[in-house]
Amino acid sequence: MSESATGYTKPLPVLEGFSKDFYAFCKQGELRFQRCKSCGAWRHMPREMCAECGSWEWEWAKSSGRGEVFTWTVVNRALHPAFRDSVPLAPVIVELEEGVRLLSEVQGCTPEELKIGMPVEVVFDEVTPEISLPKFRRCVR
Amino acid sequence: MKDQACIVGIGETKYLRGEGSGMTLLGLQLQAATRAIADAGLKNSQIDGIMPFPTLGTAEAFAANLGCVNLRFAVTIHMGGASPVASLESAALAVTSGAADYVLIPAGWNGYSSARARQTVSQDVSSLPGGTIARDYYLPYGLTAPPQWYSLMARRHMHEYGTKAEQLGAIALAMRKHAQLNPNAVMRGRAMTMDDYLASPMLADPYRLFDCCLETDGAAALVVTSVERARDLKKKPAYIMSVAAGQPYPADEFTNRKDIFRTGLTIAAPEAFARAGVTPKDVDFAQIYDCFTFEVLQQIEEVGFCKRGEGGAFVEGGRIELGGELPVNTHGGLLSEAHVLGMNHIVEAVRQLRGVAGERQVKDAEIGVVTGWGDFGDGSIAILRR
Ligand SMILES: [Zn+2]
Repeated sequence: MSESATGYTKPLPVLEGFSKDFYAFCKQGELRFQRCKSCGAWRHMPREMCAECGSWEWEWAKSSGRGEVFTWTVVNRALHPAFRDSVPLAPVIVELEEGVRLLSEVQGCTPEELKIGMPVEVVFDEVTPEISLPKFRRCVR
Repeated sequence: MKDQACIVGIGETKYLRGEGSGMTLLGLQLQAATRAIADAGLKNSQIDGIMPFPTLGTAEAFAANLGCVNLRFAVTIHMGGASPVASLESAALAVTSGAADYVLIPAGWNGYSSARARQTVSQDVSSLPGGTIARDYYLPYGLTAPPQWYSLMARRHMHEYGTKAEQLGAIALAMRKHAQLNPNAVMRGRAMTMDDYLASPMLADPYRLFDCCLETDGAAALVVTSVERARDLKKKPAYIMSVAAGQPYPADEFTNRKDIFRTGLTIAAPEAFARAGVTPKDVDFAQIYDCFTFEVLQQIEEVGFCKRGEGGAFVEGGRIELGGELPVNTHGGLLSEAHVLGMNHIVEAVRQLRGVAGERQVKDAEIGVVTGWGDFGDGSIAILRR
């Protein structure tokens, strides 16, 4: 199905390379990151090799999906036409329990309520039939 | 390499908004280039090295217009806004090694009348810092442009160190104050108070409109040559004591940096000071790449003018204004002179070292620092002396 057929007009990830796998897991409701099979280091963004130990061996390991807000902003003026009707929007960086960080947003939370350190857990927003974006909601620690 | 190469020519166009330059991208940069070459007392045809800014022109096109029949050195440094200062390193190496005699470094754009930030549609992966990473992991969430990326870092700094909006404002005010003394500054005649600053609309919290650089039409250029050749030229040279560049880690994305305040400058600055044999205390002025206010504060810290976390207090009380301990961006910077990709910062540094900055001259300026900042925190620094 084309983008326009779904009515969703914002930029979407392109499902190729590592992103194809990352978002395929999201579509199944799982947040997974690469984890080195040699030294155990988690990583995001996806990479060919482990920058910690040089190993090429890795797996898509399941994250708990829980973490906290590391930093945030509130965009009041969109600098991309697809978001013109979506402001204010609040991109956040979430630090997951595994230590990796993901750029995302917190649903059900006004910009005024955002706080660094706020505990959050992952939810999946099925924005098109092909793509579910990982987002977050507040939770108790 | 210390003191073996120098900047011998500077040139600028008018800096404009409104109707814009009415010139092509290349024509605008050629105007600045020919002024820099004439300032050095050279002929266009004597230029045998050209270092264009990434994506804004080719050495071939510059050479074909200028009549550079002996072009030998054509290199572009891909560090976004950190490129002009980083280019000084390659230019200095070229003129001291014999790879070229006279290197032209131009930069400029029709940043107001052509592609403006609010019109950018960043789906072209090749033009995005981070490429497919930004496309697949940032853009879907509406994080599409520089003030938004950097606002995330600024917010974290406020959280960790208590940095305040008024301290970012002090930076915007200092640049604006300096612009009042600069006839070519776009913001000359438009003074700003802290109330004006705080009342400006929030674009990407904590960045207000007045935390953000201008969008302008304009170009600037430099000519670099060896100390030996400089002796025969007409202007007093600005000696390149040292130049260093650095990349943050990782450079192609910024959310997963173990230390998000460690940028390219964090590794470049100590190297530059060691090579120059001076310390931040020896510096008379600093022209700091001011795409946004917080980036000035962060670079002041990472250069070592103060400790990390102390930048907020450092910029207060007029310390970075003319007459203060460390005048910063005496021309008004990208915030209040014009956005000429930081090339205007190098031009201003040379002017200060020549002692021809007029009303805004830093008294007895001997040593100056210029920094560049690009993409997700690429950094560059040059230490220059008269
Ligand atoms: Zn490993």
